[in-house]
Amino acid sequence: MTDSKYFTTTKKGEIFELKAELNSDKKEKKKEAVKKVIASMTVGKDVSALFADVVNCMQTDNLELKKLVYLYLMNYAKTQPDVAIISVNTFVRDCEDPNPLIRALAVRTMGCIRVDKITEYLCEPLRKCLKDEDPYVRKTAAVCVAKLHDINAQLVEDQGFLDALKDLLSDSNPMVVANAVAAISEILETSTTAQPSLEMNSGTINKLLTALNECTEWGQVFILDSISNYAPKDEKEAQSICERVTPRLAHANAAVVLSAVKVIMKYMEILDIHGDYVTMLVKKLSPPLVTLLSAEPEIQYVALRNINLIVQKRPDILKNEMKVFFVKYNDPIYVKLEKLDIMIRLTNQGNIAQVLAELKEYATEVDVDFVRKSVRAIGRCAIKVEQAAERCVSTLLDLIQTKVNYVVQEAIVVIKDIFRKYPNKYESIIATLCENLDTLDEPEARASMIWIIGEYAERIDNADELLESFLEGFQDENTQVQLQLLTAIVKLFLKRPTDTQELVQQVLSLATQDSDNPDLRDRGYIYWRLLSTDPAAAKEVVLAEKPLISEETDLIEPTLLDELICHIASLASVYHKPPNAFVEGRGVMRRSLPRNQSGEAGVSDLTADVSPPPAQQSTVIPGVDSLIGDLLDMDIGGPTPYQQQQMMGQIPPSVPASTGAVDLLGEGLDNLLGGGGGGMDTLGGLSDIFGSSAQTSSYTPPQEVWLPAAKGKGMEVTGTFARRNKKIYMELTFTNKAMQPMMNFAIQFNKNSFGLQPASPLQIQSPLPPNQSASTSLHLNTQGQIQKMEPLTTLQVAVKNNIGVFYYSCQIPMHVLFTEEGEMDKKDFLASWKEIPAQNEVQSTITNVQHNADTVSQKLRNNNIFTIAKRNVEGQDMLYQSLSLTNGIRILAELKIQPGMTNFTLSLKCRVQDIYPFIQQAFDQILHN
Amino acid sequence: MIGGLFIYNHKGEVLISRVFRDDIGRNAVDAFRVNVIHARQQVRSPVTNIARTSFFHIKRSNIWVAAVTRQNVNAAMVFEFLHKMCEVMAAYFGKISEENIKNNFVLIYEILDEILDFGYPQNTDTGILKTFITQQGVKSQTKEETAQITSQVTGQIGWRREGIKYRRNELFLDVLESVNLLMSPQGQVLSAHVAGRIVMKSYLSGMPECKFGINDKVLMESKGKSSLDDSSRAGVTAGKTSIAIDDCQFHQCVKLSKFETEHSISFIPPDGEFELMRYRTTKDISLPFRVIPLVREVGRQKMEVKVVVKSNFKPSLLAQKVEVRIPTPLNTSGVQVICMKGKAKYKASENAIVWKIKRMGGMKECQLSAEIELLNTSDKGKKWTRPPISMNFEVPFAPSGFKVRYLKVFESKINYSDHDVIKWVRYIGRSGLYETRC
Repeated sequence: MTDSKYFTTTKKGEIFELKAELNSDKKEKKKEAVKKVIASMTVGKDVSALFADVVNCMQTDNLELKKLVYLYLMNYAKTQPDVAIISVNTFVRDCEDPNPLIRALAVRTMGCIRVDKITEYLCEPLRKCLKDEDPYVRKTAAVCVAKLHDINAQLVEDQGFLDALKDLLSDSNPMVVANAVAAISEILETSTTAQPSLEMNSGTINKLLTALNECTEWGQVFILDSISNYAPKDEKEAQSICERVTPRLAHANAAVVLSAVKVIMKYMEILDIHGDYVTMLVKKLSPPLVTLLSAEPEIQYVALRNINLIVQKRPDILKNEMKVFFVKYNDPIYVKLEKLDIMIRLTNQGNIAQVLAELKEYATEVDVDFVRKSVRAIGRCAIKVEQAAERCVSTLLDLIQTKVNYVVQEAIVVIKDIFRKYPNKYESIIATLCENLDTLDEPEARASMIWIIGEYAERIDNADELLESFLEGFQDENTQVQLQLLTAIVKLFLKRPTDTQELVQQVLSLATQDSDNPDLRDRGYIYWRLLSTDPAAAKEVVLAEKPLISEETDLIEPTLLDELICHIASLASVYHKPPNAFVEGRGVMRRSLPRNQSGEAGVSDLTADVSPPPAQQSTVIPGVDSLIGDLLDMDIGGPTPYQQQQMMGQIPPSVPASTGAVDLLGEGLDNLLGGGGGGMDTLGGLSDIFGSSAQTSSYTPPQEVWLPAAKGKGMEVTGTFARRNKKIYMELTFTNKAMQPMMNFAIQFNKNSFGLQPASPLQIQSPLPPNQSASTSLHLNTQGQIQKMEPLTTLQVAVKNNIGVFYYSCQIPMHVLFTEEGEMDKKDFLASWKEIPAQNEVQSTITNVQHNADTVSQKLRNNNIFTIAKRNVEGQDMLYQSLSLTNGIRILAELKIQPGMTNFTLSLKCRVQDIYPFIQQAFDQILHN
Repeated sequence: MIGGLFIYNHKGEVLISRVFRDDIGRNAVDAFRVNVIHARQQVRSPVTNIARTSFFHIKRSNIWVAAVTRQNVNAAMVFEFLHKMCEVMAAYFGKISEENIKNNFVLIYEILDEILDFGYPQNTDTGILKTFITQQGVKSQTKEETAQITSQVTGQIGWRREGIKYRRNELFLDVLESVNLLMSPQGQVLSAHVAGRIVMKSYLSGMPECKFGINDKVLMESKGKSSLDDSSRAGVTAGKTSIAIDDCQFHQCVKLSKFETEHSISFIPPDGEFELMRYRTTKDISLPFRVIPLVREVGRQKMEVKVVVKSNFKPSLLAQKVEVRIPTPLNTSGVQVICMKGKAKYKASENAIVWKIKRMGGMKECQLSAEIELLNTSDKGKKWTRPPISMNFEVPFAPSGFKVRYLKVFESKINYSDHDVIKWVRYIGRSGLYETRC
């Protein structure tokens, strides 16, 4: 029992001595020598020189010695393929040995010797072993097929081993089945050609489920993992598999439990989400997941990483189990950090008090990362649960008072987000924050503080001094801080233009001239031009009201989440990355959750559940095409960047620079100081530009009153829809019929049939004095959330101003949704026309039209109804037309015109019949205009 | 699957290295040493990815056991396997230490060869492994013997061999519970749960079928009913005699499908000792002790601590090995302790006052008060975070209320009946993490 002595031989000439011992006649001595060789091999010494001598020891009836020699062989066979070949005979003989343990040992070892020549000899013995009478040999042979496939995939397929492997799935012994499944899964993962012969069907799945009850814990894992890759035919099959898998949730092995969870999570997608069965499954999943938290810490870690995914996918699971995620003092740090993450996900109004008390406790711990994360978590609680925001803020303030450097910085970062979520609520604490300015040394904290100062410059008396102090070391700052400082100073200037000119000059020149960072330069130039061209517009842009931030932070993107759900328990779920991000890409397949086929309702419900962004959520950054487009338009008359640079170059630096630049800004400054009058002009100008370019003369219905002044507390909104330059606009006119000025206008759409939503924030003169009106064009896109409305074209709108929020609904004229891409090829048209069943066709009459066929088709063309062909049949003009909607629906039309008659016959064909009346209406309106 | 397995000592020297797959090279051995064992900062995850190679590690005292892979393996399985492997090794040669590993490296290679094939875990049951990995060299086994071994390794009842005979059929059931508690300084229970284990020692002849009955609400309620609902429904009829088990897990010998459908726990036990069942409860736990701390900081250099421990169980019962651990700040210079019962000592090396009470009856109260003198340290930034006061104890009852109702043994082939089996049941409640914040 003192094998350790083999580790200590380090003298010279060792190899030579070993050689002699290996060739000794005495069995004991031989064995000793082989042990020494293995010990040297383990510590990394090269003992390949002894290859022939060791292999010579192979022929022995001592099983222990044999195993050692095999171990050596597996390690070194590759280096000496020619000598290794002499071992083949022994292997082949061993495969015939009466002792099943020896047969299995031979076939197991042979597969690990990766020498091509040997592989050839492997086939026959392997074939025999796959049909061996002893299950122990068969289960070893099953794995050997996978080994062989790894060395030479073609050989395995040619020799018909795949079929043999598949036969083993019906073996009477559960362990043979389990190993065969493991081998099959591995082969499928690397080979595409093997797929057809190894594809699982409901028959094989049934066999697997039977074996599941009887095989070892590891076998159960192989089987469950394999089942999770199978796509059930229908709901019924999915449910019956789930029923047979759920008992595994009570297994003592965490891997079995998690693999069972994976199967269930995946199959739940197919099941009826509102059904009792799913509700019951959800109930059954919680307890075993909680139990995993009393396993060893490493397993807890894997479980927690998976729970993090599971609660994102199905928040119902574990929603009442907050307490089990409370951090224990002795938890390893990796468990603590993960628990914290899940606590935040499970936080709700009901348990916030407890959570907050815990987080406060954690924030006083020693581990820096953990403390930081706890502080951040407090902020996230505030953002998530509005009722608790106040308590969270006061907790954060307490923490700031501790003056522990990293706690303060972390707190400031989250407070910034709290401000963004609840504007105008907690700004009273800004003074406290400002006290800690000097201690901030991390970029994120500095940037956050600067953002706060810029955003609330009007409430901070010495905002200019504070920002100036940051400006001193501008060059040394991190880019994040530089960008934020630039924006903050511009904001400050727009709010207090009189005394901060110098400051803004300074930062603009630092950003544009002294920096090489393209982002910083570009942002500098944009601000500069904006300020010099039209400060009022600049104000609109820079100080525009920002949408609130979302309450759920760092959610995993839904498609990735779905993919990761398919990989529960695996490394991918631990890393929260798809497998191809960390596995060498030999055909790594992407997995996706199955979809419920039994009606789309389920799916859309599901997605609504999964992606919680509420309806009021709009993008934080205004649509790139609109805003940037506008900015560039405004610049057309102004200096190009190049010219401007030249201008700046001529101006000597430092003091004179500022005077020069004031000139540049001079006119704008007047405007800015003079109030909003100038702003109105630019806006008018803007719409002029748009108006003139939109010469396509598509039909725009007259504006109608959408919100009467009586209902809007004095605000009257009239409007219409228009389509120009391939874009949809909502033309709005706001009239102030109240006694006080109105400001802070904002607009939002409810979900609608076509996903219309504002592509940019509402830009309108603000404040709007009494008895004045202002018009604007609001650019819309169709990327919003979709919900079928009744009637289809209804759009519900909310308009906000400083007085209140008002709601109205209007009808979208169908033709603004006709896209420019609606023109079809003649052949396609014909094919589609035939394809749509005849019962889908409807006819209607358009009365009293005073046009001939040519003007009609021109008129319609202007509105994106394209004439594909024109025929004259029995004196009648037949126009064949196509159009397509923004959501991709195509409508085919046939317009019958009889010369001299004012009544046209319109036949429509489309797959979606709901929209016929609206299309007919659109034709009618266009032709009568 | 697992591509390779390495065992290192605390210095990062390799003791065991076994590579199963071609994609794992010798450099992986070094990568783990450099990036994890010798890493400058303490490694913060049991899974490490270095250059697309993933390392899973666990530690046993100062031994590192690492599994390596370049595939998207089942992570839960790898860790379960590593723990299981340590269990097997411990069953063969005791504590996992550098010396033991070096002494048994041939054995370890042999075991590894058997329990891991091409990185796929195989049968890891210690009892079975011991029947054919003996380190005695192979004595000429008869055909019947080897056939028996292989059928056991792969068998449906892989955990029990045939033909076991005892003169006296006997079984022992230990209900071992560990009570976990986290309490706020104000005495509010933040979280509490009982993790229970039922350890069975069976000395039974033949292939006995056992049926096990416990006082679980769901099991008792749904006898005869087909649907298994949440425990919320129960309780009305079951009254106080039954308890709500949140979740339970069974040894692989228990027929899980039968448990799911018929709510009965039936099994053919392995021979000797094994863990039959694990369970967890969170409701109606009778907490055996309560700790009431009172910590007062008197100026910079002095702290006063008063701790009251109350026992809360039947006066006729006795708790044993009661130990209260009161953490002290790192800059403690001296401690004076007074306690009425037991012995209390300040242990500087552990930064704690350890208060031991050998025996304590139910419904009693003990008190300790201490004065802690502190050094005046300038290092203000590193402030002392008060770790919780923890407690250890052992009580002769199950704090969850768990009861064994019956354990019936049926063996049809050999002639002995349930009445002939001598059965012993014992309940022990121990402290798990039993902490009170102060």
